[in-house]
Amino acid sequence: MLIEAKRLAKIYANEGIETPALLDATFQIDQGEFVSIMGPSGSGKSTLMHILGLLDRSTGGEYRLEGRDVVSLSDDELARLRNEEIGFVFQAFNLLPRTSVFENVELPLLYDRNSAENTKERVMAALKSVNMEHRASFFSSQLSGGEKQRVAIARALVNNPKIIFADEPTGNLDSKSGLQVMRIFQKLSEEGKTIILVTHETFTAEHAKRILRMMDGRIVSDESVANRRFADQENMLLK
Amino acid sequence: MKLSDPYRIAYQALSASRLRFFLTVLGIVIGVASVILVMSAGASAQRLILGQVESVGSNLLAVLPGASEEDGPPAMAFGVVSKTLTNGDLEALRDGRNIPEIVDAAGYVTGTAIAESDSEDIVASYQGVSASLPNVETVKVESGRFFFPDEDTRMARIAVLGSGVAGKLFPNGDALGKVVTIKRIPFTVVGVLKKRGSGTFSSTDDIIHIPLDTAQKDLLGIKYLNYARAKVGRTEDVDRVKTEVYRLLNQRHDIEPGQEPDFSVRSLESTLDILRSLTNVLKFFLVSIAAISLLVGGIGIMNSMLIAVNARVREIGLRKAVGARPGEIMFQFLLESIIITLLGGIIGILIGVSFAYAASLIIPKLGYDWQFLVPLSSIGVSFGVCFVIGMVFGLYPARKASKVSPMEALRYE
Repeated sequence: MLIEAKRLAKIYANEGIETPALLDATFQIDQGEFVSIMGPSGSGKSTLMHILGLLDRSTGGEYRLEGRDVVSLSDDELARLRNEEIGFVFQAFNLLPRTSVFENVELPLLYDRNSAENTKERVMAALKSVNMEHRASFFSSQLSGGEKQRVAIARALVNNPKIIFADEPTGNLDSKSGLQVMRIFQKLSEEGKTIILVTHETFTAEHAKRILRMMDGRIVSDESVANRRFADQENMLLK
Repeated sequence: MKLSDPYRIAYQALSASRLRFFLTVLGIVIGVASVILVMSAGASAQRLILGQVESVGSNLLAVLPGASEEDGPPAMAFGVVSKTLTNGDLEALRDGRNIPEIVDAAGYVTGTAIAESDSEDIVASYQGVSASLPNVETVKVESGRFFFPDEDTRMARIAVLGSGVAGKLFPNGDALGKVVTIKRIPFTVVGVLKKRGSGTFSSTDDIIHIPLDTAQKDLLGIKYLNYARAKVGRTEDVDRVKTEVYRLLNQRHDIEPGQEPDFSVRSLESTLDILRSLTNVLKFFLVSIAAISLLVGGIGIMNSMLIAVNARVREIGLRKAVGARPGEIMFQFLLESIIITLLGGIIGILIGVSFAYAASLIIPKLGYDWQFLVPLSSIGVSFGVCFVIGMVFGLYPARKASKVSPMEALRYE
């Protein structure tokens, strides 16, 4: 089991007033799954992703990653896990400005404590998997939105993590670029990567195999997608 | 993380905001340059002041008539005329059998009068001095000669002019052989001294030197000395010889033990000590003022780094999200502020040293014996202070950066 969450909770306490952002989240995610976390804004989907992605700590419940209890880990240990096991894709791409595509993708390797070896090959392989190797020497500002997000995906892949978290990855993209990005995620899923996608759009969410629906900090449904969308086919329609 | 990576990241970050970087470095440059300049100027000024005193000779003892406190001004300074120091005392000092460490001694009487040449008449200071003066003080003759020993006792009516007074009395040059009249007594000029510079202490440039006996008898009508100076062979003997002089003159003046002597002996060394401590105080005072600008530069760094942390909060969040540990973020920001200070330090040292050098080219033209001195300690101190400032003022912003939550990367505006 890759991810095990049991009664996971996040409650913000501000001057004695407690505001729950996440309550009683219990679920499991297997290696290789493609899961959408869906819900309107304020539903707690981002909070859940922050906790699952080790960006934030829960205030209650249990969270095991690959069978390991991560609640008690130190900041440094969490940073190491994020570096080795997790890749992030953000809505706003978050590429470093005035920095080349290559260096952007290289970023996680800078903080990799295991291997400083064959950096170049790994960066180029990651760029190749998103068809961006021809832009390696470009600056991030010279890219289109879709290209930026593909570079961001390459950055998430470069350390060969087990899980990719994508937070509204198509939110800033036109529909064609959005489909391209979804196609990459589906391809990665087929190759065995675990992908957790956070979105508020049903259309995007239905590219996954499974959807966790959230409302007011709680998981309200957890089911497989009956009519899964495939970005390959939709892409053809768009053309 | 490779060892060179933090430097690469710092370089990228600094080159990304060049203006901010430049202005922050400038703050340190100004601070360091002013510290260096002030320390250098302080050292040069101290050298100048001490040098002028030393040019009289650091192994000199001054014997003054009248009692005075060791650290207080001599009785003369209050206009008290003491007649207690005599030519006999001078001869006793010069007599090698009494105090063998004394190389030679000279007696002095001074006065002011109208001096006339063929064409000019000026108010001038004259000094009656022993012919032994060149053995005691550094007196350099430009042309002609100084007095012969027998001219002292022969009541010779001759004069040796300081360069300044020679120029005033004989604007057309060549004073040798000409006559200067003081109090209607004609003196033949036998020598002119080298220009000594506008020293604050004992400049001989504006003084007419005449033989001691002549001055005492012909011009002043006195039998005592205003003061005497004795040159000690070795500087380390000065203190001991001082005691010897007290013993010798006490004996000559019939001063009983426990009685206060009617004269005083001073060494230049004690004057130098006073001047040295005075100029040191002045130096530290100036440096501390200059150090304030360095402090302001440091606050500039802190300000600039805080702005950088705020501006790059998403970048920091991203770095943390992809695995940067808090310590690595902190080190990176600390590195940036240290780079700023060290770079500012190097440029500041270069600018400070060049300004000090420029000053050493200009100030001598104003007539001062100004040396180009940059104390090595000032460079070491500046570098050390820069490093400390970079650390201290960079620490808070760096800590702040290290505490940025990785969730900042996901915040979408």
